[in-house]
Amino acid sequence: MSLITPEFGLLFWMVLIFALVFFILAKFGFPVISSAVRKRSDYIGDSLKAADEARASLENLAVEQQKLIEQTRIEQARILKEASETRAQIISKAREDAEAEAARVMERTKAEIAAEKEHAMLELRAAVSSVSLAVAEKLVRGSLSEDAAQTALLDRLAAEAAETALKS
Amino acid sequence: MRRAGVITFILCAAALFAARPCFASDGKSGGEGSFDVTSFIFGHISDSHEWHITGIAGREYSIPLPCIVWDGGLRAFMSDRMEENGYFLDDEGHIVNSATLARPLDISITKNVLGLIFDSILLVLLILLCARWYRTHDVLKDKPTGLAALLEPVIVMLEQDVIKDAVGPEYRRFSPYLLTAFFFILINNLMGIFPVFPGGANITGNIAVTGVLALFTFLMVNVLGSKHYWKDIFWPDVPMFLKVIPIMPVIEILGMFTKPFSLMIRLFANMLAGHIMLLSVIALIFLTAALGPVLNGSMTVVAVLFGVFLDALEVLVAFIQAYVFTMLSAVFIGLARHNPSPETK
Repeated sequence: MSLITPEFGLLFWMVLIFALVFFILAKFGFPVISSAVRKRSDYIGDSLKAADEARASLENLAVEQQKLIEQTRIEQARILKEASETRAQIISKAREDAEAEAARVMERTKAEIAAEKEHAMLELRAAVSSVSLAVAEKLVRGSLSEDAAQTALLDRLAAEAAETALKS
Repeated sequence: MRRAGVITFILCAAALFAARPCFASDGKSGGEGSFDVTSFIFGHISDSHEWHITGIAGREYSIPLPCIVWDGGLRAFMSDRMEENGYFLDDEGHIVNSATLARPLDISITKNVLGLIFDSILLVLLILLCARWYRTHDVLKDKPTGLAALLEPVIVMLEQDVIKDAVGPEYRRFSPYLLTAFFFILINNLMGIFPVFPGGANITGNIAVTGVLALFTFLMVNVLGSKHYWKDIFWPDVPMFLKVIPIMPVIEILGMFTKPFSLMIRLFANMLAGHIMLLSVIALIFLTAALGPVLNGSMTVVAVLFGVFLDALEVLVAFIQAYVFTMLSAVFIGLARHNPSPETK
């Protein structure tokens, strides 16, 4: 049979056979293999991506943790500082209060002392006046029996006593 | 491995039993001792109505093949019963009606057709068994074994490196065709090198076979070509005078046919040349038989060494040609599916 002119019979069978092979393989053969391989390569790709993300999030977590620790430290320092400030404040306020209270107590004591002094003065004065009255009475009682001149003196003395009493 | 050996043995045995002796009756081969290189080589590379196995002591052993002709009606007979059925083979090997001397429409199961059928069954079995592995295994858990491990790297290499790059984003639509073409060519190439019965037919070195393969690529390219592909053929972006006198459209339309034509010729010529080279080297042994034992012995050594080298080369060529056909088909499909990107427009 000739070399470069295609034979009809072979052409016919080749079309038939190749079409059949193509049909079978394109329907039941290669798509199955291709999709399975693609499924696996997709899976590998997804896994790689997921691992990458996991690693990134892990790194993120570490950074976050560090940040949290830093924040906590700052917070701690702040709280300590605040506490010491508050303590100082409380102490100084207490001192002020105590001083104020002491001053107030002193004031009141002074006032009381003054009042007591006044009161004592009044009482002393009353006692003095009653004593002098008694003295005077005794004197008066002794001399009244003598004369008129003495009576006059007595009057004068009494008046003087009254005057001094009034003055004080 | 043992099973494969047993199958090969059975096939060879079947071939030997099926082969029936017939006398070397053609007048081409001369007397005893002379060796006709042309008929030796062409007898191996051309298609025929019987499958010649070997000749021993002047008797030729061949497997008769069914002849099917349309001669006013469908007629079928085995090739060794041709004369009884009123037909004979002319010098070129065509079936001729003895009574009318006319050539009927011949759709016989010839050597190449039988080889095609056998190789196709083998191919379908291989691929379907491989596909069955993927059906029955969880691809996310199991590592491919056996046939799947053998074929998967090839399929992945073709799909990812050749088809995806050449065809573009919608490669999945075309990859079954391109993969089929690749494995079809590859298995026929390899079986062509294998010299024992089911192999040895020069299938991919036959222009009808490569022509049909190129025709399928032609159909894939042109039936599924994009709008832009057709616009580029009939109204390309060239100066107006090249379109008014339709130089460019004529060239483009010619290009539509030259591309698959080159595919057809490339595969055909490469495989044919490989077979002829191998057979020529083997023929050296028989050619030098008449020149004395010393020359014949030394040439036999040379021929065997060259034969081993050429066989190894042919295995490489078998792969390369299948690869080239697939890659160029993918490129042609890619060109026809190409949508102009903004920067090229």
